[in-house]
Amino acid sequence: MTIKKHIFIIIICLVAIGLQETYNPNEVDAFTNQIIQRGSTGDDVIELQARLQYIGYYKGKIDGVFGWGTYWALRNFQKDFGLDIDGLAGLKTRQKLVDASKFDGKWVHTQIAQGNDFTYYGGTPLSEQTRSKKSSSGKGSSGGGGKAAPPQQGAQNTANNNNEAKTERTTTAVNVPQGFSQNDIDLMANAVHGEARGEPYEGQVAVAAVILNRVESSSFPNTVAGVIFEPRAFTAVADGQIWLTPNEKAKEAVLDAINGWDPTGNAIYYFNPDTATSSWIWGRPQIKRIGKHIFCK
Amino acid sequence: MLRWIAIIVLAVGVAGTAAWGYMEHQEKNAILIQAENTYQRAFHELTYNIDLMHDKIGTAIAMNSRERLSPQLAEIWRLTSDSLSNVGQLPLTLLPFNKTEEFLSDIGEFTYRTAIRDLKKDPLSDKELETLENLYTQAGEIKDELRQVQHTAMENNLRWMDVQLALATEDEKADNTIIDGFKTVEKKIEGFAEGNIDSSISGTSSEDHKYENVTGTKIDEEKALEYSRDLFNIKQKQDLRITGTGDGADIPLYSISYNDGDKSAYLDLTQQGGHPITLLVDRAVKEKTISLNDGFKKAEEYIEKHKFEDMELLNSSEYGNVGIYTFIYNQNGVRVFSDAIEVKVALDNGDILGLTANNYYLNHHKREIPEPTLSSEEARDFVNPNVDIQEEYLAVISNDLGEEVLTYEFLGILGDDTYRIFINAKDGTEEKVEKLNGKEINYAGI
Repeated sequence: MTIKKHIFIIIICLVAIGLQETYNPNEVDAFTNQIIQRGSTGDDVIELQARLQYIGYYKGKIDGVFGWGTYWALRNFQKDFGLDIDGLAGLKTRQKLVDASKFDGKWVHTQIAQGNDFTYYGGTPLSEQTRSKKSSSGKGSSGGGGKAAPPQQGAQNTANNNNEAKTERTTTAVNVPQGFSQNDIDLMANAVHGEARGEPYEGQVAVAAVILNRVESSSFPNTVAGVIFEPRAFTAVADGQIWLTPNEKAKEAVLDAINGWDPTGNAIYYFNPDTATSSWIWGRPQIKRIGKHIFCK
Repeated sequence: MLRWIAIIVLAVGVAGTAAWGYMEHQEKNAILIQAENTYQRAFHELTYNIDLMHDKIGTAIAMNSRERLSPQLAEIWRLTSDSLSNVGQLPLTLLPFNKTEEFLSDIGEFTYRTAIRDLKKDPLSDKELETLENLYTQAGEIKDELRQVQHTAMENNLRWMDVQLALATEDEKADNTIIDGFKTVEKKIEGFAEGNIDSSISGTSSEDHKYENVTGTKIDEEKALEYSRDLFNIKQKQDLRITGTGDGADIPLYSISYNDGDKSAYLDLTQQGGHPITLLVDRAVKEKTISLNDGFKKAEEYIEKHKFEDMELLNSSEYGNVGIYTFIYNQNGVRVFSDAIEVKVALDNGDILGLTANNYYLNHHKREIPEPTLSSEEARDFVNPNVDIQEEYLAVISNDLGEEVLTYEFLGILGDDTYRIFINAKDGTEEKVEKLNGKEINYAGI
């Protein structure tokens, strides 16, 4: 317990703090030059959300998708800071935001890569704002943070920072068309792939559009699953081809159909004239032929 | 001699048995697939219905008027009964799933009771509203859990026949994702307090009328090819294929397509006037180099070039390296939702990958838009007071009866959700309430 020892400890502490500072540069991931608008995804959106959360405007999840929550937060920020209220993160807005907030890109991206539940409010130590997904999935929903473990704060922070090297840049949310889930899209992609995988792209969009037209039609079931699995409706379903793994093209085609593309002109039936066995189907008023399929009313 | 006869008889017998066995096997397979499909349908419908129910409850919370709320509650009631019937069709008899069923029938009972009540005389009490909010949160959790199970099941190609087998043999060790998922759902619901007792664009009119906006003279194939070269943005005379539509079409179209190896394109043009209805370009899209906002400018430029005037952006979304933009028509400051077009832009180089203008040509015409009778302040009084209004517009939408009405469109926040609420500008009727989502947890990313 000499004075020398005390000084030594203090020096170590200072060095540690110094190291931390170098490990924790504030502006690692600066915004790129793009104007960010509603519907955007990616790193810029993550930074935007984190910065808005830092100064208390954004209360939602930092998930990298510019949705309505982010939009309102940004507008309120623009209102309070005397900017044009347009909900676009342009140069001026970003500059004001960077001046008003901090952003620890490494920490945020590490949390995302590790799949943690986290927030990024200014004025609260970061280590109190993160919870690992696994430990929280038990009873869940007990609100944010509040766990008292201050002695480990520093240690945890550096540990996280060391991990950051292998961070994969993904977002934890994705855009989906209003009223549809990724699973609905996947299920339809399965059906489209099973029914029309050899067809040109527009032929695949067409099959997806027919499924959606049937959901709308009063003479068919009201859900995507109901239409697809209706007995004897689709041959690919009846013979099990629907369970082939669909490719990205099929998914894209489904997305286009959901977003409003309908090359069939409102068809609710289609058939392959080379293999069709039912004479009834030939009696339907035909609209057009795309690839191998004839589409009709 | 006898030996030969015996051999032949035996051979025929063996062949016959083999054929019979093969046919039996085929039939059994067909039946298995059919049974599997029935289970799959029930399962996917269940998740969809629960998701929809969650949305509808959320929308009900933001509603203000009895005229809208009663049908909404009735709709939720219908969805609970649909979901229950879906649960009933799944081979879950050996799995304790009764809490979930009770939860569903609780929602059903609550919504039924409130739906048939005269809400004008006897509006929802604060306590009932609180119940509704609780149900909303809980339905949200169940929805997330089920969607997660659904995602895993689809990603790993899980079969319900296997679930049935696993349950029937009571193989405790069997690690079946579906069973585990349903057990989690059940557990979640056990944890809840005992106190519990929609085209992608709104206002798109439902197609049943003639195309309002297809003008001009009939064009011939030569002319159509010329237009399409302009729309495809190609110069040289490529091998364009052109066909006309049959008599089932709502409107006569030319369909033009071409394929030059790594790129193919498809276009529907009206025979009258040569207006583009659908354009689809298919090619591999490379790494994203331009932003969603840059893509928006490209899209705007493109539609202006092709004579769509006074269009404003309603929505933009990034899917992978592609941006999708919805534009609606703006007539002197009034947004017309039914006159919509969508544009798809590749975010690698800004090329236009698609255009659909069907709704635009179906609905667009110069409208006589009356002056609103109500002021914006008066209209706001018809909105649920808990909704924090952020933006307002004047808008023309088609209501439930399919008539076009002038409304105030309010965008507002309630809780964590954003709502689009249309209030009739003449009499204050709450024409439509919509919960806006548009993003979802990335199931593949967890």
